[in-house]
Amino acid sequence: MKSALMKFLWWFEHRLELRKTIWPVMRHPIPRDLRTQVGWLYVFGSTAMTLFVLQIITGIGLGMVYVPSAGEAYESLEHINYEVELGWMLRAIHNWSANGMVVLVVVHMTQVFLMGAYKYPRELTWIIGVLLLLLTVGMAFTGQVLRWDADSYWGLGVGVAMIGRIPWIGPQLVELLMGGPTMGADTLSRFFALHVFIIPGILFVALGIHLYLVVRKGISEPPVPSEPVDPATYVEKYEEKLKTGDPFFPDVFLRDAVFIGLTLLVVVGLSAILGPKGPSAPPDPTLMQVEPLPDWYFLPLFAVLALSPPSLETAIILIAPVIIVAALFLVPIFSGKGQRSPRRRPVAVLAVILFLLCYCVLWQLGVQEPWSPHMSAWSGEPVPESMIKGRSPKQLQGAAILQEKTCRNCHALDGRGGQRGPDLTDVATRLTRDQLVRQVIQGGGNMPAYGKEMNRDEVDALVSFLETLKPDGYAAAESSVVTDRSD
Amino acid sequence: MNTASDDQQANPNATTRRTFMEWCSWLILGVGSVATAIPILGFFLGPVIKPKSDEWVDFGPLDEFPEQMTRLVDVLNPLRGPNDGMTGKTAAYVRRIEGEKFQIFSPHCTHLGCPVSWFQESGLYMCPCHGGVYYEDGAHASGPPPRGLYEFKYRIDQGRLMVLLGHLPTLQDPGSAESTGKTA
Repeated sequence: MKSALMKFLWWFEHRLELRKTIWPVMRHPIPRDLRTQVGWLYVFGSTAMTLFVLQIITGIGLGMVYVPSAGEAYESLEHINYEVELGWMLRAIHNWSANGMVVLVVVHMTQVFLMGAYKYPRELTWIIGVLLLLLTVGMAFTGQVLRWDADSYWGLGVGVAMIGRIPWIGPQLVELLMGGPTMGADTLSRFFALHVFIIPGILFVALGIHLYLVVRKGISEPPVPSEPVDPATYVEKYEEKLKTGDPFFPDVFLRDAVFIGLTLLVVVGLSAILGPKGPSAPPDPTLMQVEPLPDWYFLPLFAVLALSPPSLETAIILIAPVIIVAALFLVPIFSGKGQRSPRRRPVAVLAVILFLLCYCVLWQLGVQEPWSPHMSAWSGEPVPESMIKGRSPKQLQGAAILQEKTCRNCHALDGRGGQRGPDLTDVATRLTRDQLVRQVIQGGGNMPAYGKEMNRDEVDALVSFLETLKPDGYAAAESSVVTDRSD
Repeated sequence: MNTASDDQQANPNATTRRTFMEWCSWLILGVGSVATAIPILGFFLGPVIKPKSDEWVDFGPLDEFPEQMTRLVDVLNPLRGPNDGMTGKTAAYVRRIEGEKFQIFSPHCTHLGCPVSWFQESGLYMCPCHGGVYYEDGAHASGPPPRGLYEFKYRIDQGRLMVLLGHLPTLQDPGSAESTGKTA
């Protein structure tokens, strides 16, 4: 029986000759230095690739039930969530695996950068890797669009508005991207084609080249400060190391196997516990009561768009991405040799820390979005009781005006309400009566002017109330200019 | 078997004949490729080659719009396609100043296109995304928007308010009240 099976297999091997082609590739030698704990830093690339494969498998599954039509996509998502057997789980895995892929690609890239693995002779591997990062981000954005809900719809609108700012050809590019003059069926179908055919196709080819280069040029050895990269001698030294190397499969691969297995468990665990993302509200262009938020990886960009000075904004939107991407591509061209160890490359380490700090701070701001008015605060957040206790009728009228004129959408009382303007809980310690009147009527410092929306008595009542807003025992603000009111 | 140089020795004219045939081969491949590429490229560039123009939409009789009030009107987008579903709808804020004087605003924030909400109480439009705020007349009040709200062209036709709209307004291709080339 056994010999019959062997005979059967040999029949194929005789024709395929895999032992001469694939097997040596799988057994390609890896420097012995990876045997120490540092070897655990070499598992991120293979895990990111595994999640890509998982994306393809779950993506094919979703492709069988998702309807890429603007009129039906939303309902088909609900159908997948609630009616298709395990549809919710497939959507959840696709979502969490996508998140994991974005994270791992960035972690992999950071590790390669910090360990100088992009230097000679692996520059092209890095450059293709940057392309893979861009394609991954492209997959993330187009995937977000296919989740055809209000967040996705208006998020796409933001993307369209950004592209519309490109000088001269902006409007044409917008129509090309939308497939017409509006965001509708042709737009969704376009993004379906991008997400399912175009970007994965390019990703496949780029990944193939990336892997080819990884195998041809070998896994980089862990950096040693005393051994900077000299293109004249590097290859010779490296090949010397390989003579005592370990075969990739199965020896070195065991670490990848462990990390891949754990990652899959995390992805499946998160999917089972937290479930799929959305769809949120339907993508109805006539529903104004939405507060669109991008997926988490784009939150820092969301913050940048809110915080940029308006005069520089178009430049920031259009030029900064070009500079950042160009810098990433050119890293190995400008520092393709020399020191690899992060211990001797303080600028590289600082660059990573600075990037992480900026990303995290902007991300945190993106989560809080203090610049956005709280649309329902004026009717949903009452004035705290302590602030109206014992007030005169006029002051109470002022408190009512504060609510009715939607001031609370931007101004908090006792921490509740919008954060776009200052919290008014102790405004009377900061502004005098005259300053309050001027601020309400004329606005300024990012506040609209309310002069046309309120009559004299309303302003008077509102300011009378605001004057009471100071903690017990604090003095009211005093004008630095002495005004003579005797006449 | 004859090679090119054998031919040349045997018959000098063969070279020119062979060269001619070579060029013809390339030419046929080229013409065939271009003939195939033109319609395909045309298809991909279709939205730009033949852009659709905005169209007049009936917003209803004038008495549905009280003077000195602003209200949101939902309509079907005249440029919608057969599969657009709810995305084939569109909306505009109608402000009736007095008599036949109107302002029709696109709800898309001029900063990055998010939908602005109208607050009659304070006479302000507020954007939920990046905090843009506009006055009742569409002028920029606060926040990052680079200009006031986009406006649509309107006319009164037999006691009904007609509005010219369709395309998604963006900074360089604003609403029909301003854009020149794209309106019908």
